[in-house]
Amino acid sequence: MRFFSTGLFRGLVAQVAGSVVGMAFVMAARVLMGEPAWSREPVIVGGMIIGALAFLVGVGSFNDWFKWARGKQVSDEITVDPNKPSWMRYFSVDYDHKVIGIQYGVVSMLLLLFGGTFAMFFRTELATAGIDFLNNEIFKVLLGYEPGPVGLLSGGAMMPNPEHFFNSLMSLHGIVMIAGILLGVGAMSNYLVPMLIGANDMAFPRLNSFAFWVNVPGALILLSSLLFGGFDTGWVGYPPLALRAPLGMQMFLFGVYLIGISSIAGAINVIVTILTMRAKGMTMMKMPIFAWAALATAVLQFSATQLIGLTFQLVMLERLLGMPFFDATAGGDPILYQHLFWFYSHPAVYVFILPGLGIISELLPVFARKPLYGYKWVAFSSFGIALISFFVWAHHMFVSGMSPYLRIPFMYSTLLVAVPTGVKFFSWAGTLWQGKIKLATPMLFVLGSIIIFLLGGVTGPPAATISTDLHIHDTYFVVGHFHDTMFGGFIFPIIAAIYYWFPKMTGRMYSERLGKWHFWLMFPAFMLLSNGMLLLGLQGMRRRVVAYDADLGFGPLHVALTIAGFVIFFSMILFAINIIRSARKGPEAKDNVWDSRSPEWQIASPAPLHNYAQPFEVVGEPYDYGLQNSPYVNMTPAGGSATASH
Amino acid sequence: MIHLVIVAFLVVASTIGVGLFLTNYPLLPLQASEQAVNIDGLFDIHWWFIAFFFSLITVFVVYSVIVFRRKPGERGDGVYMHGNTRLEIVWTIVPIAIVLWLAVIGADSLATVERRDPEAITVDVFAAQWNWRFQYSVEVEGGTVAAVVSDTLVLPKNQQVLLRLHSDDVIHSFYVPEFRVKQDVLPGGEEFTRELRITPNLEGTFKVRCAEICGQLHWDMQAEIQVVDRSEFLSWLQEQAGDCELSPEECGQRWATQFGCLACHSLDGTVVIGPSWQGLYGSSEELSDGSTITVDDAYLHESIVDPNAKIVQGFSAGVMPQTFAGILTEEQIQQIIAFIASLQ
Repeated sequence: MRFFSTGLFRGLVAQVAGSVVGMAFVMAARVLMGEPAWSREPVIVGGMIIGALAFLVGVGSFNDWFKWARGKQVSDEITVDPNKPSWMRYFSVDYDHKVIGIQYGVVSMLLLLFGGTFAMFFRTELATAGIDFLNNEIFKVLLGYEPGPVGLLSGGAMMPNPEHFFNSLMSLHGIVMIAGILLGVGAMSNYLVPMLIGANDMAFPRLNSFAFWVNVPGALILLSSLLFGGFDTGWVGYPPLALRAPLGMQMFLFGVYLIGISSIAGAINVIVTILTMRAKGMTMMKMPIFAWAALATAVLQFSATQLIGLTFQLVMLERLLGMPFFDATAGGDPILYQHLFWFYSHPAVYVFILPGLGIISELLPVFARKPLYGYKWVAFSSFGIALISFFVWAHHMFVSGMSPYLRIPFMYSTLLVAVPTGVKFFSWAGTLWQGKIKLATPMLFVLGSIIIFLLGGVTGPPAATISTDLHIHDTYFVVGHFHDTMFGGFIFPIIAAIYYWFPKMTGRMYSERLGKWHFWLMFPAFMLLSNGMLLLGLQGMRRRVVAYDADLGFGPLHVALTIAGFVIFFSMILFAINIIRSARKGPEAKDNVWDSRSPEWQIASPAPLHNYAQPFEVVGEPYDYGLQNSPYVNMTPAGGSATASH
Repeated sequence: MIHLVIVAFLVVASTIGVGLFLTNYPLLPLQASEQAVNIDGLFDIHWWFIAFFFSLITVFVVYSVIVFRRKPGERGDGVYMHGNTRLEIVWTIVPIAIVLWLAVIGADSLATVERRDPEAITVDVFAAQWNWRFQYSVEVEGGTVAAVVSDTLVLPKNQQVLLRLHSDDVIHSFYVPEFRVKQDVLPGGEEFTRELRITPNLEGTFKVRCAEICGQLHWDMQAEIQVVDRSEFLSWLQEQAGDCELSPEECGQRWATQFGCLACHSLDGTVVIGPSWQGLYGSSEELSDGSTITVDDAYLHESIVDPNAKIVQGFSAGVMPQTFAGILTEEQIQQIIAFIASLQ
């Protein structure tokens, strides 16, 4: 029962204890103020906040900082206790960036699994026009109680009815997937950036570990929303609906708040690591291209996330203390919320996709055996996208009722996003042209990403020109467009990255056969799903509805989409089987599986505890495939004999 | 070089094929307003750009994967080329020109779609969880102005209508796919009233549906729209403006329908949101505070004008709009009560 001695277990116990203490604290404060001790929302929210802090203390995130505060010395050396099984490192505070990267990755995949499972429930419901699946009988089976005629505002812990249950699942699908994606971004940045730039760890290992662990109570609180009545606002949480939603709304707000703290702390680390810890000779223009994408992403996360934290804090305060920031009847402004929300949430979309686009650019040269076409332009296009993304937020609000004239400049800025994104596509096509293309599983997923992200790209402009957006706004067209960008810009690339770096993480090979099955199930199914969504949206299918009129004729397409959804889910199960089985029993991998020029492939697989036994020197360009005698790195600059690839 | 010629040919062929498909397949619903005509024209321009750019990249990628694929057993790398600055500049400048042009015609399209007709008739639209209510102002004999309330939006064909959108509770959105336009409906009174202009050009029956999630019955928040010719519209309006000359119960039924009561209160005993009206009058109900009341005229009157005063066990306070005291006349309230009393 070694699990009981892990940091995770201590953290969970502390969170439960902290929640009880927090609730008692709020109740005591209420009694002192002459109020009845029990009031559901403030008491539970108080417990929730203290519980999250207690988790971080319990897991040990603050241990070294507490020691510093007491004037004690702590060791900067990462040591591994040989008496403990190696899996235990992943369940406790650990400062090795590779461990943290995998911790991020596993939690990310778990969250994607939750989000996907929610989607399977409501996708099944949507196969028929009426409310036929999440009806009262299924509701009883799933949740164990009968829905009563309770209104939305009863504040009851239970889901009042199947429609509300659908709305909650749909809302949670959105935000849990986003949380999973943010953690996936953390996984890629943490695992890859130090290795790619020749560092042995991140700049601030303790902050890095904290940034991971704060996600755990965040994710637990977010998911616990279902136990507190859920919330029916969609992932955008617009007030005044968010002010009337059940208590589960607070779990949404605070869970996202914690995950936002992780984004900010993690981003500082990535920025400082990339700017100050590159290997000798690695100028910015000689970095592996993923490092550029990670840097642009981190700048966005570091400078935009505060807005969502602040905004959600205002909604929490409005609900808890009656401060009317967004209630129009009391002097607040519901449109203000939307501006604040999208000022983060639009750049956030680029946080989700920029690392994935970086993965595409990173892997294409390896599998096409050619230099990345227009390296400089690809690198700057990431920053171009990041910069423009700050000036386009109000395109989510073309029908919101903000000033009508304000929409015009946002149409211009939004359409301009197409320019740097287009540069990436042209560069990818140029990289493939006249290559010697190897179609291994990671490459299949990279090619799939390009086609899917392209669909996401070309479906953007109809939503950007205002008058066409008047029709497709809040329809399945937008849902299809968004899923295209997320699957093309994150899901497919991170799958490619996991297959590609799997040998470096585990020292073993995945099953190529299962990998190909995964791709050839998932890619066509997703194409059907997203194109079906786009078509439904054009025909007027609104988003976020549990049922639709049968006589609209949407039925057959919805059945097809549901089947496609299940195929995607099934293919992801194949992926999980492949990864878990291969990590234990896969054949041992070579050190440089892909004949890559990148430094992380010049060391052993799995990567040693301290990545590079001695610093290497960059002596060439990263992607000079096809140019003889042009090594990128010299792994033993002192010894003289270069052991770099080619 | 021969590769580039083949690819260029394939891109052109694919663009024409995809473009013709997108512009000819009925992607969009029926076109029933002048705004829709303009918007659909802009959609067609988009379809051609989509066809071109999708074809351009897809053909290059698929062609490369097929033709430049490594043969079994083959070693070695691809052609060494780093990039081409002139080409990069071209594929930066040309897209900038295209998107700027799209933005210009997009702004122009918006100006046409939102053109104001001084002759437009005005209808006030009230959205609430989860129903729509439409209010017309009609000049009746003697020059007085009467308000006509309807649960159906009746509109004259070929006449611009200015919808003034008001919400009683949360954000809703007025959306009619056949008219191609939508506008969010905001709570907060006059300051937050928003406008939407539509010129229906096709007679028929359509539905307005809420497009912004607004809670439990969001999916079912819909109302009928009838587009009729102008003379039919005017006579309908005059008819509605007349006093209700039916029996009190029948008038009550009319108000209950028009003001959206029946969206939440069924007439057949099923519980939708609020208590069913079937057999309600004269029954005894247990309240949430444990006391028991008998449903009579006074109780019903209070429940209409101050819905939160007494809540029956199993239902929630705060769900029913608290604005009916200002909307309904005393006579209308009495007639609705008479209607409820008749449902035994």
